[in-house]
Amino acid sequence: MGFLLETLLGGLMAGMLYSLIALGFVLIFKASGVFNFAQGAMVLFAALAMARFAQWLPLWLGIESRMLANTLAFVLALGVMVAVAWAVERLVLRHLVNQEPITLLMATLGIAYFLDGAGQTVFGSDIYKIDLGLPKDPLLLWPRVFEGGVLVTPEDLIAAAVAAVLVALLALFFQKTATGRSLRAVADDPQAAQSIGIGLSGIWVIVWSIAGGVALVTGVIWGSKLGVQFSLSLVALKALPVVILGGLTSVPGAIVGGLIVGVGEKLSEIYLGPHIGGGIEIWFAYVLALAVLLVRPQGLFGEKIIDRV
Amino acid sequence: MFYRENGQFKTSYRADQQIFPVRQDRIAVLVLLALAFIAVPLLASEYLLRAVGIPFLILSLAALGLNLLVGYCGQVSLGSGGFMAVGAYTAYNVFVRLPGVPLVVALLLGGLGATAVGLLFGLPSLRIKGLYLAVATLAAQFFIDWAFLRIPWFTHGSSSGSVNVSGLTVLGLPIETPVQKYLFCLALVAVFALAARNLVRGHIGRAWMAMRDMDVAAAVIGIRPVHAKLSAFAVSSFFVGVAGALWGFVHLGSWEPAAFNIDRSFQLLFMVIIGGLGSVAGSFFGAAFIVVLPIVLDQAPAWLGLPMSTALSSHLTLMVFGALIVFFLIVEPHGLARLWSTAREKLRLWPFPH
Repeated sequence: MGFLLETLLGGLMAGMLYSLIALGFVLIFKASGVFNFAQGAMVLFAALAMARFAQWLPLWLGIESRMLANTLAFVLALGVMVAVAWAVERLVLRHLVNQEPITLLMATLGIAYFLDGAGQTVFGSDIYKIDLGLPKDPLLLWPRVFEGGVLVTPEDLIAAAVAAVLVALLALFFQKTATGRSLRAVADDPQAAQSIGIGLSGIWVIVWSIAGGVALVTGVIWGSKLGVQFSLSLVALKALPVVILGGLTSVPGAIVGGLIVGVGEKLSEIYLGPHIGGGIEIWFAYVLALAVLLVRPQGLFGEKIIDRV
Repeated sequence: MFYRENGQFKTSYRADQQIFPVRQDRIAVLVLLALAFIAVPLLASEYLLRAVGIPFLILSLAALGLNLLVGYCGQVSLGSGGFMAVGAYTAYNVFVRLPGVPLVVALLLGGLGATAVGLLFGLPSLRIKGLYLAVATLAAQFFIDWAFLRIPWFTHGSSSGSVNVSGLTVLGLPIETPVQKYLFCLALVAVFALAARNLVRGHIGRAWMAMRDMDVAAAVIGIRPVHAKLSAFAVSSFFVGVAGALWGFVHLGSWEPAAFNIDRSFQLLFMVIIGGLGSVAGSFFGAAFIVVLPIVLDQAPAWLGLPMSTALSSHLTLMVFGALIVFFLIVEPHGLARLWSTAREKLRLWPFPH
């Protein structure tokens, strides 16, 4: 029982990170209709920026405190991501308005290659550490309730809390601020939004910046756990089934989908894996998403797709 | 002046319905084929044939297959690398388990294996559409990758799915030197391109295009979505499967599942998009672009005399590749084939503007 709970918790932690990446996908898709394959590359780029700034800043400015250096690095990395968002809008999206979704998708793949290359050229291609100074000793929970108790690391708990706060902040931003409202207006109907005076290009910069910020948080959480390296950019492939499972247009869908996939992967690897050979977590999420889509073609929470002639 | 169709009257249905209705086009195609079959093997160096010629031909075939599905039928597939793998491993199994089967038969059976798997993974397309389908086809890619890595029966018991073939012959002629390989691929590709060209102008192709333009409307006017979509998946997978078998047998000789990973799928999709959706010639343009570009980019620092570490140059290559892709999509979102057809329209009117 304790083992099962541990597996579940581990799955939820992994799923939370998938949710964060999926969130980036969904935000951009809703606002601009672009299926952003570059989200994984953005995670890598942001994490690299953060890791290297945290390393460089103490050398440049002679900052002693790790806390201060990390904060400054985070702010700088955020700035870098805003610059990336601006460049993407100015150099790519603006010129591809009204193109086929597939063309836009390929363009974001181009952006992904570019960011992968640029990140490693500018920031280096070794494995870097992001040291946030979080406690790493595992905690033993409820040793009396379950035999052997349940092991969790406080790092994971803090990461979960950060993710939850981020999602709450985003929800507040979308519901309560004027900018958030115009973002939702654009997501609902770009043409109607334009006709009442909402500028699309500004919205795109904002939404790509937000996605960049989400990517940064994802990268920092993931990087502080496993180190920042190229494989981080492949995590996006794990988040794709999450997006379609939850529905391309649904933020709650991204979060729920991520948790389902995270838990499902871990459970299937343990209970199904031994019977049909290991390594099934590579495709499990995709097959799960495929099965769900056969029942609900728009994903669990997506808007119903209505065909008109 | 030279490319003008006035004076060419069509006096029979045959003449009206032929593949290349303009005489200059027919001549151009014949000249091109003659160049490809005779001049290239005589003039090109072995390195050029091995590094550019053969990969270009095989990947054109794969891109052509994918273009039938994506460009003509409008079903985006990100699993084409997986279907190539199915083709390669099916052909391998036929080749190893049934000694004495001719190479061409093994390749075609590889294509049929891919067709079967393609049909299976095409079934969801009846219910799932658009980007959802694109991501769903990734299921095929990852599942197939995994299956060839982990299930020993498919790979004849070899560890981690790495297999190799040797002693290829066709009609008693060996396929060993680059020139022989090139000519063999070229012959197959030419036949398949002709078949594709014929398919898309006939009944099936028109059903596909109707499905692409609007599937509900197509169903209303009596095109059966099940037939149209599944036939597109079947034919496309067959092409891609044969290309995969060629890639394994002729180009690589020994391979493992990683040769057909997701990067291959993306590469094929790039070829189709950059070449031009819904264009047979575009598949070839796209393949040429994507095959040649990395080679040029790899050599560029050396040509320019810039000393550079391998890691840095590979990262820069990645950057330039990404930037060029975006650039081409912006400049000509309809692909190189559109540039070609624009040029042809200009040529028809030249030297008078109207």
